[in-house]
Amino acid sequence: MGSTLPLETYPGKVNEVTIGSQKIVSIGGENTLPFHSFEGNVPNKPVIAYEIQDVPPDDWHETLLSAYGDVTKDPVKWAQYCEQTLKADAIAIRLVGTHPDNQNKSPEHAAQVVRDVLSGITIPLIILGSNSIEKDAQVLVSASNAAKGYNCAIGKAQEGNYKTIVAAALANNHNLIAMSELDVNLSKQLNILITQMGFDKERIIIDPMCSALGYGLEYSFSVMERIRLAALTQNDVVVQQPMLGDVGMYVWKVKEAQALQSDMPRWGDQRMRGILWEAVTAATLMLSGAELLIMRHPDAVEKIKSFIDDLI
Amino acid sequence: MAMSGIEIFKLLPKTNCKKCGQPTCLAFAMKLAQRQVSIDACPDVSEESRQKLSDASTPPIRMVTFGVGDRAIKMGEETVLFRHEKKYYHPCAISVEIKDTMTDEEISKTVADILDSDIERVGQRLRIDAVFLNNTSNDKVRFRDVVKLVSEKASGLPLILSTDKPDIADEALKSVADTKPLLYGVTKDNLESMCDIAKRYKIPVGIIADGLEEMSQLTERLKAKGILDMVIDTKPRSAKEILTHNTLIRRAAIKKGMRSLGYPIITFAQRDDDVIETLIASLGIIKYSSILVLSNVRPYKNLALFTLRQNIYTDPQVPMQVEQKIYKIGEPTDTSPLIVTTNFSLTYFIVSGEIENSKVPTRLAILDCEGLSVLTAWAAGKFTASRIANFIKESGIENELSRKEVIIPGYVAMLSGAIEDKLPGWKVTVGPREANALPAFLKAWNG
Repeated sequence: MGSTLPLETYPGKVNEVTIGSQKIVSIGGENTLPFHSFEGNVPNKPVIAYEIQDVPPDDWHETLLSAYGDVTKDPVKWAQYCEQTLKADAIAIRLVGTHPDNQNKSPEHAAQVVRDVLSGITIPLIILGSNSIEKDAQVLVSASNAAKGYNCAIGKAQEGNYKTIVAAALANNHNLIAMSELDVNLSKQLNILITQMGFDKERIIIDPMCSALGYGLEYSFSVMERIRLAALTQNDVVVQQPMLGDVGMYVWKVKEAQALQSDMPRWGDQRMRGILWEAVTAATLMLSGAELLIMRHPDAVEKIKSFIDDLI
Repeated sequence: MAMSGIEIFKLLPKTNCKKCGQPTCLAFAMKLAQRQVSIDACPDVSEESRQKLSDASTPPIRMVTFGVGDRAIKMGEETVLFRHEKKYYHPCAISVEIKDTMTDEEISKTVADILDSDIERVGQRLRIDAVFLNNTSNDKVRFRDVVKLVSEKASGLPLILSTDKPDIADEALKSVADTKPLLYGVTKDNLESMCDIAKRYKIPVGIIADGLEEMSQLTERLKAKGILDMVIDTKPRSAKEILTHNTLIRRAAIKKGMRSLGYPIITFAQRDDDVIETLIASLGIIKYSSILVLSNVRPYKNLALFTLRQNIYTDPQVPMQVEQKIYKIGEPTDTSPLIVTTNFSLTYFIVSGEIENSKVPTRLAILDCEGLSVLTAWAAGKFTASRIANFIKESGIENELSRKEVIIPGYVAMLSGAIEDKLPGWKVTVGPREANALPAFLKAWNG
């Protein structure tokens, strides 16, 4: 039967994106489905970026906070802890403090935090806004300027604010994260708009929107699978970008990750449950095509890394 | 592989004789393609065509069942490689291993944990489906006794008996054959005598082979002996091998029509580390396993795996729904907010999650909109002012509230006037468009 094994090759290939300036990471580059190294070339492993924030988190679960201790009060110390103690491959800073409903911090504050963090680490930095369409358009511009020369990934550029963010990424030579809401065609359309501004399609990372296990994960899973199938089987150059799974943020706000065992006795230990919820969500998205994962709990990251090694 | 109506039509006599009850052969072919009629209704079809049609109507992955009664487990009959193409059919069964080297106390405890593993989620009852009894001791009497003990303690729970010794299998099966267990342990070395046992007790078997090639030879040998109900184990060790084997098996069966690999897959997920075990099991659920074997019962692990299985096996064409009613979140009083939205399960989950995050006790009125989200339901005429008003009226919630105010999703702000007209004495407030703005909104509403 050896010769009749139903191996498949595809005309398309996922773009390879490289982030960072001192230490660098590369994602994508494969010409086959996720982890299908038995029939194609998979040059890079998925990369996990630890999420940190510009202001001390006020909505992180105790299980998360206790994994970090005091460093969450200072983004530079937090980033250094991730690099030096947790051996992170990359860091994603989410500028939540700039959101109008949060502390409404200024774009200048964002720029300063980004500058400080960059000078304290050698690993690649991903810079994320607060998901306020209007505010991100200002915040990400100044953060992008502050990070000039560091070859970061910045985002998320969405339909409502992509123009200024794309221009800022272009001017400062960063990669760009393009987010659309759970739809293959919306994702295509946004990529087209972005490239029409002269932005290199090979420097885009697609975020088709993450969902947590039990909260629509099957939608994210299937949208990612469909994007990847279009990239590989139809050689659709518009969607050949690597994909992002913004896992931690979605997972750690759901009840299954947070509820204490005393409130939910049939659900078992809360700490283990939270870690599992994050790890299973990340694994599911990786298997549908995510190459860059943003995660929060160090134990979940460690387990996902050994799972990746078992899959390679 | 499934044939289209036109392909089937070419194999029919094309006489339009109407003996089958259909007006034309083409109409009959279309009904056949949809599996609404049997080819037996056509008296004139040639033997050759009948054979071709019967091959085509057999699912590419055979359906195999074990266990009896309402807990019986059905596996196989899958038709696609990607879940967006068509629903995955029979959800992967989750089993837990019990070794016969464990003490009777340990075994009883594990069985009790399995029986107590039920969790209710989105109206579905989720639980451990089966127990995998492993003859680790290699002792005939011990295995027989353990099988007996478990079948008595867990009456109705489907069993998988694992041994490659025909005499041990035979002895153990005497007391439980009528519960139709799965006998796992057929290899190229014991095939003859294991087949005899499986035939005698009319039970399905699990085959172990080194890789896909040897497996496809073994299944053909069993088939030649008249055994069709099999599950297969090609012995993948790493996650990489599980992904590779399972993908190639599913592809061979579905895309190449290779019957010799068209059987459900059993996957062993047991690992020393609980999280890694859960990730291996997740890989099995996502990538084509029909039975998973876990090493122990842990509520957090069960919850994650049951939920993942529910997600992956959801019909992509039918939205998940929750029951129409007024849900209490926290302990709402007569002055707590009342929010109304649709019964799309994601809408419900996300809205109720954000209400919980707000820590403001709230009533959440879920209106049956056939599982559509707010805007879609509004566009389809299912989330209208009169339906919302009637639902509020008929629920009798009025009697529990001193503050008669209902909050509607921001996306249907245009309904607020019409709802007020239909609900005299009520105030209608427009809430945020997106659920993530609810905590700020509710805190402000309360203050």
